[in-house]
Amino acid sequence: MRLRNVIKTYPAARGRSEVCAVDDVDLDIAAGDVQAIVGYSGAGKSTLVRLLNGLEPATSGSIQIGGTELVGLRERQLRRLRLDIGMIFQQFNLFESRTVWGNLAYPLDIAGVGKAEQQRRISELLHFVGLPDKAHTYPRNLSGGQKQRVGIARALTTNPSLLLADEATSALDPETTHEVLRLLKRVNAEFGTTIVAITHEMEVVRELADHVAVMENGRVVETGRVYDVFSAPQQPVTRRFVGTVVDDEPSTEALAALRTRHPGRFVKLELREGGPRQTDVFAVLHERGVAFELVFGGIEEIQGATFGNLTLALDGPTASVDEAVRELAALVPAKEL
Amino acid sequence: MLTALPTDTRVGELWPDIWQATGETLLMVALTMLIGGILGLLLALGLYLTRRGGLYENRVVSAVLNLLVNFFRPIPFIIFIAAVQPAARLVVGTGIGFPAVVFSLILASMFGIARIVEQNLVTVPPGVIEAARAMGASRARIAATVVLPEAMAPIILGYTFAFVAVVDMSAVAGLIAGGGLGSFAQTFGYRQYDPTVTWVCVLILVALVQVIQLLGNTLSARILRR
Repeated sequence: MRLRNVIKTYPAARGRSEVCAVDDVDLDIAAGDVQAIVGYSGAGKSTLVRLLNGLEPATSGSIQIGGTELVGLRERQLRRLRLDIGMIFQQFNLFESRTVWGNLAYPLDIAGVGKAEQQRRISELLHFVGLPDKAHTYPRNLSGGQKQRVGIARALTTNPSLLLADEATSALDPETTHEVLRLLKRVNAEFGTTIVAITHEMEVVRELADHVAVMENGRVVETGRVYDVFSAPQQPVTRRFVGTVVDDEPSTEALAALRTRHPGRFVKLELREGGPRQTDVFAVLHERGVAFELVFGGIEEIQGATFGNLTLALDGPTASVDEAVRELAALVPAKEL
Repeated sequence: MLTALPTDTRVGELWPDIWQATGETLLMVALTMLIGGILGLLLALGLYLTRRGGLYENRVVSAVLNLLVNFFRPIPFIIFIAAVQPAARLVVGTGIGFPAVVFSLILASMFGIARIVEQNLVTVPPGVIEAARAMGASRARIAATVVLPEAMAPIILGYTFAFVAVVDMSAVAGLIAGGGLGSFAQTFGYRQYDPTVTWVCVLILVALVQVIQLLGNTLSARILRR
């Protein structure tokens, strides 16, 4: 999937000026990838994801999915395209007037799939999402997690190559969120479905995504592999997001509190997979006779790779500490707090 | 105490006429609910689908439909029935009697039902419609297979409400000799100082409304319980 210079503006409404919800976005998503898009509400991520299946038409730019250009397509052509794009929602959006079975049959009816094939497909998917006994239940009798699992099954009935997830876990408790994310990972792994997930929860990005794009004011301000973005966030908004799940450095208040409890100079060190190890750092301090204490931060693991942001309090003769700080800075990215 | 009951009532000899009037009312109301109900539903869909953000958003059509509904709906039926008499002559060939009453009832109820059902349709969460669009459903398919079924429980209550309102309106039929329980109660009860006849008609109407309301509530609750 290739997005180039994608712009979506809403015309000026009474008393309001024109709104640019998506502002000149470039984004590439490889087939089979799980791409997360994060941002605060109003950042434009919801609009962006609706451009991908043409629920909202882009104002200008180019959106190519598997070689098909979406921008400028007619509604009729978009409808055919949508059969190959599943979508799940924060509020699940199940049809309350239909049973679970009826919900799953709906997209198959649109696709013109015969009854026998429908039967096979629906029962297969209900088993996949672990709800084979709920076929004849109405959605109102399901829990939130079960509803989202039905939503996922419904989105997969036509065997789409792309699945759009619009805050799919934001209405769920942490444990159910975990369950749904595991299910989405299985969808990606077993069916090879490309997933584009928008969220404001970094926990979701960490657990689910391969790549992440950070949006702010309609623009994509940072993109990259999840590990890279988590371990080295570049933009202030990215740092704020990463900071919600990863301890970077203590806030001003936390720092002041730490200083009352710990003497010495505070240095934040960044340890990255493949770089110098903790033993190298501690060897330097040991050599200089500097006492140290870990006062903030820790080791994170993302997709099998680890990184750490460690804030140490260094204590010892001034000259030794100076020397140690200089040597540490040469070894790893270091910052005196 | 028993002497307080009117003894000079003709209700005994009038029973056959009362049942005939009841039949007229039932037929009047049934025809109105059937034809007016369908026309009202279509008008409601028009209002709902063309409104801002609707599946067939169209400012001009929406404004025209709204003007039409807002123009006819507030007219009291007793005036409405007289005002549309020329139209009745044109369509059903007569300005008086049963056909003219049914014609007026259909026309008047259609606008009321349109507004009620429109409000029922608005209760369908936009997200559900968006989900159907995301699946590749056409707009017409969404209107028929998502919007209507999802709003069915409130729509049934809406029609129940309309039914009771039509029973009320049908009592005015006597104005143009349309028959029914309402005019029977006026002619043989009120004008002939026979409150027993009036009250018999009232009780039949109340019973009718009770039965309809019960049916509507039960049906709606059964759908909601899903």
